[in-house]
Amino acid sequence: MSEIARNSPDPRLWLKQRSRWSIVEIAFWLAALLPFFLFPAYLTLASQIAIAALFAVSVDLVLGYAGIVTLGHAMFFGLGAYAAGLISKAGWGEPLSGLVMAGVFAGLVGYVASFIIVRVQHLALIMITLGLGILSYELANAMSWLTGGTDGLQGVDTWPLFGAFEFDLWGKTAYSYALAGLFIGVMVCRRMVHSSFGLALRGIRENVRRMPAIGSDYRAHLQTVYAISAAIAGAAGALLTQTTDTVSLDVLSFQRSADVVVMLILGGTGRLYGGIVGAIIFLVARDQLAGINPQYWYFWIGVLLMVVVLVMPSGILGGLARLAGKRD
Amino acid sequence: MIGQIAIVLFDGFAFGMLLFVLSVGLSVTLGLMNFINLAHCAFGMLGGYVAVTAMRQLGLPFVASLPLAFLAAAAVSVIFERTLFRRLYQAGELNQVLFTIGLVFVAAATATYLFGTGQQPIQLPSWLRGSVEIAGMRLGAYRMFLVAVALAITALLVFGLERTRFGAQVRAAVDNQRVAQGLGLDVDRIFAVTFAVGSGLAGLGGALAIEIVGLDPSFGFHFLVYVLIVVSVGGLGSVAGSFLGATLLGIGDVAGKYFVPEIGSFLIYLIMVAILFMRPLGLLGRR
Repeated sequence: MSEIARNSPDPRLWLKQRSRWSIVEIAFWLAALLPFFLFPAYLTLASQIAIAALFAVSVDLVLGYAGIVTLGHAMFFGLGAYAAGLISKAGWGEPLSGLVMAGVFAGLVGYVASFIIVRVQHLALIMITLGLGILSYELANAMSWLTGGTDGLQGVDTWPLFGAFEFDLWGKTAYSYALAGLFIGVMVCRRMVHSSFGLALRGIRENVRRMPAIGSDYRAHLQTVYAISAAIAGAAGALLTQTTDTVSLDVLSFQRSADVVVMLILGGTGRLYGGIVGAIIFLVARDQLAGINPQYWYFWIGVLLMVVVLVMPSGILGGLARLAGKRD
Repeated sequence: MIGQIAIVLFDGFAFGMLLFVLSVGLSVTLGLMNFINLAHCAFGMLGGYVAVTAMRQLGLPFVASLPLAFLAAAAVSVIFERTLFRRLYQAGELNQVLFTIGLVFVAAATATYLFGTGQQPIQLPSWLRGSVEIAGMRLGAYRMFLVAVALAITALLVFGLERTRFGAQVRAAVDNQRVAQGLGLDVDRIFAVTFAVGSGLAGLGGALAIEIVGLDPSFGFHFLVYVLIVVSVGGLGSVAGSFLGATLLGIGDVAGKYFVPEIGSFLIYLIMVAILFMRPLGLLGRR
């Protein structure tokens, strides 16, 4: 990759080179269709994975690319989930428009929150994201007249997709819908990180102080990416609501924020597909080990986290890329 | 009514003192090495379980089990610091957060394995039970004990940091690590000792907390949020900041839950976000 950078005088050409589709990428998306044929009994799990993966991709934008460590991103996931549920409860159950509205709502809240986010760094940043996350959880709990509190939001009714495909028990529609959502989300992010905007984000991650020196308005960039990430996280939450027809309080929980970071780290940050790979491994493993006590499940997650940090700081995909001799 | 307010203030202050003991170590080590140790409260939990075990298995009195909690947490933390944490000082904050949170997961699972998920009640000596009447108010004896212990620790810390040679070295290292190293101070050793004392205090705090909030495997998580609020609101590396932050949080939490129960559970988070928005470095933070 670095050779191209040296030889080509036009930076646009270089960006274009980098954003070219690889065989592995195409094979990955084809493989995503396999569950329809190979594991038709696991389509519900597959749609959960696709939703978690979309959420992880949204976190990757802020954490992996822009370098904002966030421990409260479930806030936007949950806002999207509740927004979609409340829209449906209010009598408009059309899924696509509901999804867009929920995403836009989460994105707007994300934009407002970004004014706080760009002001702080380091520990204060982690605490602000954590604090906002817990705050939204406690607010949703306190406003039980709107959210149903700990009982969850009842009475969500999603209409058939395009008026034809019912969300059934087998999860065929659910998985198709969630997978399409994931695909579109990843394509949007892919276009973004391979643009000059994506390069600016990486510049912020590497050295925030030098960005103003080269004339880059890093605050505006951070606010934009934070809002976009919030919108995508909200869309992921809305997908969850629409495919399950319920919203429970745990969409906003700290656990969800922590789990998504674990998935992302496991797969590898700053490479879009890391979050997807992490989500697949995390959720399949949890499904297979569902029989064991959840306390011990977290023992292994803890061990895994420590090993990944010490041994493979760039995650599974980063490790694979290193083995293949590629650098990014 | 005034008596009621006074009692709530006192209970809040006592809770704040507990938070101070739990968090002051983290504040100093964060100021020293910028190492975000989310496992700090796991050492607190360790201290709590050591105290419980010492009282049940060895039949030690409560007050005698407190130094044991301090020593055990300090000893274990120094082993972790020397073998694992020190590899992460140069790593990014994300790696520090992930590694130490992984440690909290492991600690919680280990505690569940050894002690089960239930609460671990303890039997206090009779002179710490009940309440004492002072100026017409009935104050809990244990809370008074807690305040006395915390104030004694504060006095010791302030004396140690302001009046001793080692304290001067610590302050120098917090102010500017590179220059301190350049002047020949062994920052590495200073940090190891500070880390041990800080974690030991967390262990002591864990033992003191059993009577107030109980002890179960989720302690390391549950208190982490409180401790981080204290540290970030008070400002890194500042004993006075931690004291102020802990007092504010303790009184705010107890009074909020008592007087406005509808919003009491998230009042403290709202205040924290507001304070950090106004002063990203904390109330008394300088860096």
